[in-house]
Amino acid sequence: MPQALTRRTLLKTAVVGAAAAAFSRRTAAQASSKVVVVGGGFGGATCARELQRAGFAISLVEANAVYTACPFSNAVIAGLRPIEAQQLKLDAVEKGGIAVVRQRATRVDPQARRVILADGSSLDYDRLVLSPGIDIRFDALPGYDEAAAAIMPHAWKAGEQTILLRRQLEAMDDGGIFVMAAPANPFRCPPGPYERASLVAHYLKTHKPRSKLLILDAKDSFSKQRLFQAAWQDLYPGMIEWVSLSSGGKVIEVDAKANTLVTDFGRHKGDVVNVIPPQRAGEIAQVAGVADRTGWCPIDPVTFESRLQPGIHVIGDASIAGGMPKSAFSANAQGKACAAAVAGLLRGKAPAEPKLINTCYSLVAPDYGISVAGVYTPRNGLLADVEGAGGTSPVNAPPSFRAQEAVYAEAWFQTISREVYG
Amino acid sequence: MAVATMTVTVPAMAQNVAPPGATACSGCHGPGISDAVVPPLHGRPPGEIVGAMQDFRTGQRPATVMDRIAKGFTDEETRAIASWLSQQP
Ligand SMILES: Cc1cc2nc3c(=O)[nH]c(=O)nc-3n(C[C@H](O)[C@H](O)[C@H](O)COP(=O)(O)OP(=O)(O)OC[C@H]3O[C@@H](n4cnc5c(N)ncnc54)[C@H](O)[C@@H]3O)c2cc1C
Ligand code: HEC
Repeated sequence: MPQALTRRTLLKTAVVGAAAAAFSRRTAAQASSKVVVVGGGFGGATCARELQRAGFAISLVEANAVYTACPFSNAVIAGLRPIEAQQLKLDAVEKGGIAVVRQRATRVDPQARRVILADGSSLDYDRLVLSPGIDIRFDALPGYDEAAAAIMPHAWKAGEQTILLRRQLEAMDDGGIFVMAAPANPFRCPPGPYERASLVAHYLKTHKPRSKLLILDAKDSFSKQRLFQAAWQDLYPGMIEWVSLSSGGKVIEVDAKANTLVTDFGRHKGDVVNVIPPQRAGEIAQVAGVADRTGWCPIDPVTFESRLQPGIHVIGDASIAGGMPKSAFSANAQGKACAAAVAGLLRGKAPAEPKLINTCYSLVAPDYGISVAGVYTPRNGLLADVEGAGGTSPVNAPPSFRAQEAVYAEAWFQTISREVYG
Repeated sequence: MAVATMTVTVPAMAQNVAPPGATACSGCHGPGISDAVVPPLHGRPPGEIVGAMQDFRTGQRPATVMDRIAKGFTDEETRAIASWLSQQP
């Protein structure tokens, strides 16, 4: 266990060398408690930082050197933003004193309370926090495997896939058709497909006005639907066609060679095809035994501790968080609430019932933002909406209101990026 | 061990523990940004925050999103959040 040993040695050196003041808050229990966080995305990095501020020694395991943020990646696809604006690094997190372990966690031994890393080394923990995000289910939609994703990008994990979809859209001729398959619930970022459709329509209207956009959906309704559809009619009349589940929108098969999506009622060939496939909690959650048959992770809504494996907490997209959607905003809020609970548990205190907020902003056009908000608290074993709170932006609002929300959307992204990675 | 002896002098952490909901505000109200689009709340007088939250809740004060958020918090919760926020650097 070279990792664990190194960390312990470091800690000892620090205790001897550092000024007493720096440690005056740290109790004996804390100093010897080991918390490991897997996943340096919005959920994991937030949780690691909060726990470190509370005085704990933290190891943060992240497989990628650069984190490419998904929020606003739809603007990259539409040519409104460089991919560099999405790239965040854990350097400041590391400088702040968190032991960042740049490796993939491959296994968890819940009995031994140990995380095993790709190079064979391991990290022992008293509490483990998993925030691995999603994995694409390449087994769920016939014909949609990794090879197909290189032809029909999902772009649902930002990075190479985002750039690929951007290139395809750029290369498309005027008069072409962009076809999107949208998944059934639950999935990462419920308004995301419709934000993407909006911004792609914005690009097409500006650069290739004879083109069209077809959304084949496995659902009968979607997040902020009234707002999206009203805006489409206003901004992109006749350009976006949405086919619901009950109108035969569900894609049942993918023919990547023919760039075609198959439904019960027909075949839809696109010039650019974007498949947003079914998803599940990231692989490590399956391996650790914290995911149930749905592929997602049931948790206690107060502590975020797994219902299946004690000592392991799950936050962010991977968790079953009741009414809270799978968003970066939620992952960040859960990261903080989970850190408070873990700190309490390690100090032997009963954690208080948390209250969380989510707000998902979407851009329908660069100067047209809409949002859905909610406040959540534990009820009947799940995180439930506080009644009377939350909801979407008003359906009837002047352009100045939409423009203001577009500004707040960007401000939110800057604020959260700075809070988590700055 | 040195750490154990220090335990004796550990100050009470109670006032540092954020009340329910308090940490979710900083997702939009980032602290320490002077030219922020959404104003920082850390270090603000608690009365200001409580008053604003009440006005957002009743609709007296126009808002894009705070009306929807403020409705999720009772007066008591808001007071606890405001008091905590006012003590943050
Ligand atoms: C197109 C699009 C637009 C979106 N827009 C918004 C938006 O406007 N607002 C919003 O709030 N949300 C938005 N989202 C959703 C948001 O991106 C996710 O909800 C958020 O990233 C979830 O955070 P997370 O920490 O759960 O997972 P992630 O952000 O995916 O982070 C998981 C991290 O864990 C790492 N990891 C996984 N497994 C391992 C392992 N075994 N070992 C080591 N490291 C591992 C991964 O490399 C990754 O860095 C959008 C998503 C998409 C796809
Ligand atoms: C989704 C982003 C978001 C979250 C989360 C949020 N706010 Fe706000 N807040 C705003 C915006 C935007 C405004 C400006 C008014 C508006 O348009 O709603 C604002 C305004 C305010 C103001 C008035 C500030 C001033 O000086 O004018 C107060 C007080 C406030 N919020 C308190 C809170 C508290 C307390 C919380 C946490 C419980 C919170 N906010 C969470 C976005 C947010």
